[in-house]
Amino acid sequence: MEIQQLQAIASQVRRDIVRMVSGANSGHPGGSLGCADFLTVLYFEMMKHNPDHFSMDGKDEDLFFLSNGHISPVWYSVLARAGYFPIDELSTFRKLNARLQGHPSTDKKIPGVRMASGSLGQGLSNAIGAALTKKLNNDNRTVYTLHGDGELQEGQIWEAAMYAAANKVDNLIATIDYNGRQIDGDVEDVLSLGDLSGKWQAFGWEVLEMDGHSYPDLFETLNKAKTMTGNGKPIVIIMKTEMGQGVDYMVGSHKWHGVAPNVEQLQEALIQLEETLGDY
Amino acid sequence: MKQFEILGKKDTRSGFGEGLLEIGRQNPDVVALCADLTGSLKMDAFLKEFPDRFFQAGIAEANMIGMAAGMTIGGKIPYTGTFANFSTGRVYDQIRQSVAYSQKNVKICASHAGLTLGEDGATHQILEDIGMMRMLPHMTVIVPCDFNQTKQATMAIADHKGPVYLRFGRPVVPIFIQPDAKFTIGKADILIEGTDVTIIACGHLVWKSIEAAQQLAEQGISAEVINMHTIKPLDEKAILDSVGKTKCVVTAEEHMLNGGLGDAVAQVLSRHMPLPQEYVGVNDTFGESGTPDELMVKYGLDTPNIVEAVKKVLKRK
Repeated sequence: MEIQQLQAIASQVRRDIVRMVSGANSGHPGGSLGCADFLTVLYFEMMKHNPDHFSMDGKDEDLFFLSNGHISPVWYSVLARAGYFPIDELSTFRKLNARLQGHPSTDKKIPGVRMASGSLGQGLSNAIGAALTKKLNNDNRTVYTLHGDGELQEGQIWEAAMYAAANKVDNLIATIDYNGRQIDGDVEDVLSLGDLSGKWQAFGWEVLEMDGHSYPDLFETLNKAKTMTGNGKPIVIIMKTEMGQGVDYMVGSHKWHGVAPNVEQLQEALIQLEETLGDY
Repeated sequence: MKQFEILGKKDTRSGFGEGLLEIGRQNPDVVALCADLTGSLKMDAFLKEFPDRFFQAGIAEANMIGMAAGMTIGGKIPYTGTFANFSTGRVYDQIRQSVAYSQKNVKICASHAGLTLGEDGATHQILEDIGMMRMLPHMTVIVPCDFNQTKQATMAIADHKGPVYLRFGRPVVPIFIQPDAKFTIGKADILIEGTDVTIIACGHLVWKSIEAAQQLAEQGISAEVINMHTIKPLDEKAILDSVGKTKCVVTAEEHMLNGGLGDAVAQVLSRHMPLPQEYVGVNDTFGESGTPDELMVKYGLDTPNIVEAVKKVLKRK
């Protein structure tokens, strides 16, 4: 797909995000907006997957796990726009009886979601497990994950990081949304991650860095990561993003981590985001 | 009264080890994960025969549970093995989100449960695990009573699609269930029929309940003994049929009174058939170091405690 087409999808995804969060009057717009470009490129360009016939087992497909489940709006929008479920269903986000729960779950059988997430730090372990099963099944597709940077403060992440390197889980590409913000403020102030690249290297991972809003870089780095699979090491991409990217008053502030825009703020945001594929 | 022959003596964890090996031979989708306790869990035989299907997680239980949940995607049936404390309390949130809420086909196999872990003391003697696990929606909770039943249960849970908590223990205890007995999840075993009182027990307390029934019979008291190996889903019919006949019940478990088998039974009775119940279990206290036998006596989980509870409940009829 051409970059312009992907950018058009991402613009619509961003509109979906702010409309969904505003419609529910709750949710997490900041991190969702920041990961819109990445997830669009992943689902519309990089992954082999089957939106028309979702199967939990995903045999011979690439799999994706969202570990930082609170950015469910961006994932739901990308899944719907990719064809996993009707686009109109985005209007049910966080509403009673909806399949689109506040945080992703398998409980109501929403196509595209294979694991509940929200309580942080668990997705890397889940992904390693799925990657191990792919190896046992001689399935040579890849398992992708996305994590928040604040999420890396959870100890389980490092248990999983140690396991994957020690056991050569090399069909795994983890991405860190390195936006530097978490609920209480800057990650640097809340609990610094220190030398993040050095930490992953010391744990035995291949480490790549990427600008999460540059399409040429997303293409180049994700393709490079793909070529590095199967070489005995898990791969992590530290992806620099801006929380709130695309909406000027949200950019770069932790204040929009988990706050819904009101009606006026929604209009102000929508003016900045072109409707490319039609709103739900 | 039906007499039980002691067929031998073994630890229930060895029943798990044998069952895992056997189900591994029968079902190629079965895989095993362990957090640095392969020998204690008796998983060595599986590891030796199926090294490619065994995953050593190291001392990292949260990651082990998370990986097990992920391994179900693609059709594997993961059995995780570690002590009951590290199988539940340490990883409650991982089980809650990645296994129970996500309805993953993970078998959480927990050894060294309860006081009979012995000398290591209260840090390792979990007495709350049945309660934690039975509170989780979608979770099946099984506490088999001897070596043979633990082996049977270990194999049976592979055919049950969904999360399972399987609890067993460390000490060598009598074997009294026949090796070819059929194990059905959710169907209680009526081990001894009686008319005066119902004793409902699980795990190590089942044999002690048989002993208690024998002593009571000598005193002219007819006790019915039910082995409630599945705490969830609970065999409510077996409880109501029996207590409907005997009009009183004693529950016995190597677990905290709060949240355990006794609570589960009381919930059934209070809804359908409120009748006197007495409890044998640990009453809101941690354990301590000691031999398993010493601890069972000190914390009131021995055969005389069951006899005493029966006499108490009979007076309340």
